[in-house]
Amino acid sequence: MEVGKIKRVAGPLVQATGLKAAMYDLVLVGEEGLMSEVIGISGNKHIIQVYEDTGGVRPGEPVRETGAPLVAQLGPGILTQIYDGIQRPLPKLAEASGDFISRGLFVDGIDHKKKWEFKAVVKKGDVVKPGQSIGEVQEQLLIKHKIMVPPNQKGGTIKEIYSGNFTVEETIAVLEDGTKLTMMHKWPVRRARPVTKKLAPTIPLRTGQRVIDGFFSLAKGGTAAIPGGFGTGKTVMQQTLSKWADVDIVVYVGCGERGNEMADLLHEFPELQDPRTGRPLMERSIVYANTSNMPVAAREASVYTGMTTSEYYRDMGYDVLMTADSTSRWAEAMREMGSRLEEMPGEEGYPAYLGARLADFYERAGRAEVLNGGQGSVSIVGAVSPPGGDFTEPVTQNTLRMVKVFWALDSKLTQRRHFPSINWLDSYSLYDLDLEAWFVENVSPDWNKNKRRAMSILQENAELEEIVMLVGSDALPEDQQVTLEVARMIINFWLAQSAFHPVDTFSPYKKQFDLLASILKYRDYAFEAVQKGISVAQITSVPSKDALAKVRLEAEYEPILAKVLAQMDVEFKALK
Amino acid sequence: MTKEYKTITEISGPLIFVEKTEPVGYMELVEIRTGGELKRGQVLDSSDEIVVIQVFEGTGGLSKDTAVSFTGDVIKMPLSPGIVGRVLSGSGKPRDGGPEIVPEVLRDIAGAAINPASREKPRAFIQTGISTIDGTNTLVRGQKLPIFSGAGLPHNDLALQIARQAKALGEAEPFAVIFCAMGITNEEAQHFLADFERTGALERAVVFLNLADDPAVERILTPRLGLTTAEYLAFDLDMHVLIIYTDMTNYCESLRQMGAAREEVPGRRGYPGYMYTDLACQYERAGIIKGKKGSITQFPILTMPGDDITHPIPDLSGYITEGQILISRELHRKGIYPPVDIRPSLSRLMNSGIGKGHTREDHRAVSDQLYAYYAEGNDLRGLAAIVGKEALSERDKLVLEFADKFEKRFVNQGRDEDRSIFDTLQIGWELLADLPEAMLTRIDDKYIKQYHPKYAGTAKAAQAPAK
Repeated sequence: MEVGKIKRVAGPLVQATGLKAAMYDLVLVGEEGLMSEVIGISGNKHIIQVYEDTGGVRPGEPVRETGAPLVAQLGPGILTQIYDGIQRPLPKLAEASGDFISRGLFVDGIDHKKKWEFKAVVKKGDVVKPGQSIGEVQEQLLIKHKIMVPPNQKGGTIKEIYSGNFTVEETIAVLEDGTKLTMMHKWPVRRARPVTKKLAPTIPLRTGQRVIDGFFSLAKGGTAAIPGGFGTGKTVMQQTLSKWADVDIVVYVGCGERGNEMADLLHEFPELQDPRTGRPLMERSIVYANTSNMPVAAREASVYTGMTTSEYYRDMGYDVLMTADSTSRWAEAMREMGSRLEEMPGEEGYPAYLGARLADFYERAGRAEVLNGGQGSVSIVGAVSPPGGDFTEPVTQNTLRMVKVFWALDSKLTQRRHFPSINWLDSYSLYDLDLEAWFVENVSPDWNKNKRRAMSILQENAELEEIVMLVGSDALPEDQQVTLEVARMIINFWLAQSAFHPVDTFSPYKKQFDLLASILKYRDYAFEAVQKGISVAQITSVPSKDALAKVRLEAEYEPILAKVLAQMDVEFKALK
Repeated sequence: MTKEYKTITEISGPLIFVEKTEPVGYMELVEIRTGGELKRGQVLDSSDEIVVIQVFEGTGGLSKDTAVSFTGDVIKMPLSPGIVGRVLSGSGKPRDGGPEIVPEVLRDIAGAAINPASREKPRAFIQTGISTIDGTNTLVRGQKLPIFSGAGLPHNDLALQIARQAKALGEAEPFAVIFCAMGITNEEAQHFLADFERTGALERAVVFLNLADDPAVERILTPRLGLTTAEYLAFDLDMHVLIIYTDMTNYCESLRQMGAAREEVPGRRGYPGYMYTDLACQYERAGIIKGKKGSITQFPILTMPGDDITHPIPDLSGYITEGQILISRELHRKGIYPPVDIRPSLSRLMNSGIGKGHTREDHRAVSDQLYAYYAEGNDLRGLAAIVGKEALSERDKLVLEFADKFEKRFVNQGRDEDRSIFDTLQIGWELLADLPEAMLTRIDDKYIKQYHPKYAGTAKAAQAPAK
């Protein structure tokens, strides 16, 4: 390994000579050995981005090579961890350096001392392929961690394999060619892990959020973007999704976001119960917390590190949801490094390769047949923070070219405290058609029909509102006034959903369907009544309509809803 | 013992370029001597050939013969408990005629990031006595909540009122106020100091003054000194620190000026691409650490150029801070004080600081309901202006009236009026009581039964405990 010499230090960027390292190799800068990555080679100079603060580093100090790119350590012990952007566990950093993060610390991504009980699933003489699992570890009560032959190794015939308690560094199997396998392997974070075949997105990812599941659903293995100005509820949205999505593993990448928000998350996740199992949500979560004041280069890396761990669990056959909050901060980290490199800037100062990088990242999502045999998926939900809420800026635009689902957050809705503040007219999901069959089969044959009816009422409402702005609602014909009222019901009783209400925060498919169907039933009654010449004031003041508003707050809603509907029946019959 | 160099090759704005030096550390403190005067600077770029230094006190009077020496250390702030009650300059020198600070400790002003795993979740309610904050945009300890304002609006009065009235419910704990002025006028600074003296707040305050005619580069130092002091008071001396800095817009102008002098590739509107990171490094120094008694709460004030909230300074700030309090010119014109427009205002940490055990269990619901009808009422104003009030439906008329009353009774309050959170909620309920009960869709029936003025007689037990 060569030792080079620093020639220049400017912020997180260092130039050094005398190195032979390749692009994206990890190097250790200065006397303190700061973790860094080679991001450019020009003549005899290596250009290096440093993942830590460079205050006090001088020209002339050494740069040591490690001979490998930035890797993630993959093995049992990743779940429940809280990492910084380069997979250093934050609690371990706190043990080593106190409440403030200091520099030059190297901490393993997973515990190398802890013993895990390894159960072999193959035996001596079996032929194993790359990516095939050779055994299991019960990593958490409900999560089995599959130990796989690293996909970047050849595989071969098992010569020896042991079951029992081992650390991640101890040999658990030996192949005929002498290759020793351990429970841990390393994977370069910037390289996608291979799969056998990518599959079509035909299964919805249930989130329990009516506006998402009902109108703009995400498929397992799909990609979604949540753009919105500040204060429109991106972070709450992402946290709600992490809590409720029906996936096995949640990877939350807090990329350049707020420290207090991360503290809130770290405080809340261990206490939150997984709605399906009653176990703490943290047992199936991995959190990357690289707050906005932590070094910018590590922020750039955090998205890749998070992606690599997501893929690793996908390879075991799990459904993984990766949320990145926020991809704009990640793009800004690229811009900051680019401008320090004095690269020719593209649009708004972002590097010209912004689109390519975003594409590489989102393309790593998907549902796939994994090397191990089964199926797994990585779904990505990326928050985008457009400056000034302007969706025409480069990060939003480049993201929209890649993702299939667009949840447009709307500050007008936020101001009315309508949450989730997803605009129902601007948002879209391109998985709609792929998922229709699933909903018909698993929820109700009317699911898609009702969805389209509700959507067309909202669209009509938007047109009518423009007229109302000019002439007032009383000037509209009666049936249109009823449409306005029904739209208001869909918006307030169905689309609005409180993330903080214990019951309303999660709405199962059946409940979503029943609630919407009831509102549409009201609509049918109301139109019938209009035909009979009953006044709008009478129609809109039936008490059962107000009762319907609160059904969503009930856990055992079915008997209550049945009562409300029966009441509605009686009330409409009585109208004269 | 440190070598002096007289090898300045270029002076450009606030920057000097020195060549043929020993290896110099990035961000190192530099001393520049010229005619008996000592100026300080900081290394921005260090290479074998040339070192770029930004000079905090301005480059006026420097020449190619000026002697430059490198201290071998980054900039540190001298700190001791005696700093409380002092008035210092924007670069930390005494400005009140008192002696230099005798340091008990020296702290790097860059400040390391708090490990997110060591942070405590902020959730202690702070009562500011202002309804639009306590009721609808609640502040908690450890939060950073900026005031977005415009030129000529009473943001300073609001900041002072908050500094005066802010308290946690219950026990009295040691607290301090740090005031960082960046590029404000002498008159404004006097206003602040006079108010601090009038209320006796100066005794527990540390004041950093960088006035409009002080060097712009010094402004880059000021918030860092203030925050380093805040961390010392909060995490070494267990105090609850409230730090007010005004005006962040001037700070960002200085950043832009430095960026331009260094010929950096500019980002939006000429501000440097790293402005987000730079602002984050200030704002993120708020919070609470597990196992420590103190806390840092930040109140940055920034004036939005042209009242434009999409301008890079409020925009980037909004993405880092935990909400914002927006001062509205329209409300100010109507004579309402404090002219806080609650619609674009937000407190992200509100939920953890309100409700049972913090304020009252109906707080969230009341706040949401007030928001919903105030926003709707505001939209209806536009409609009423076109079609006339008479053309509105009965329901819409009620909502419209609600919005007017909300501004007059809830938003509007005296400059010295210190409302308890229970008074604030009571006003909210009285306003909501003018609407039919069926319209209160966001409030659980049980709270309506308990707190609605209509039922007040039957639920005496629910009354708030006396202060």
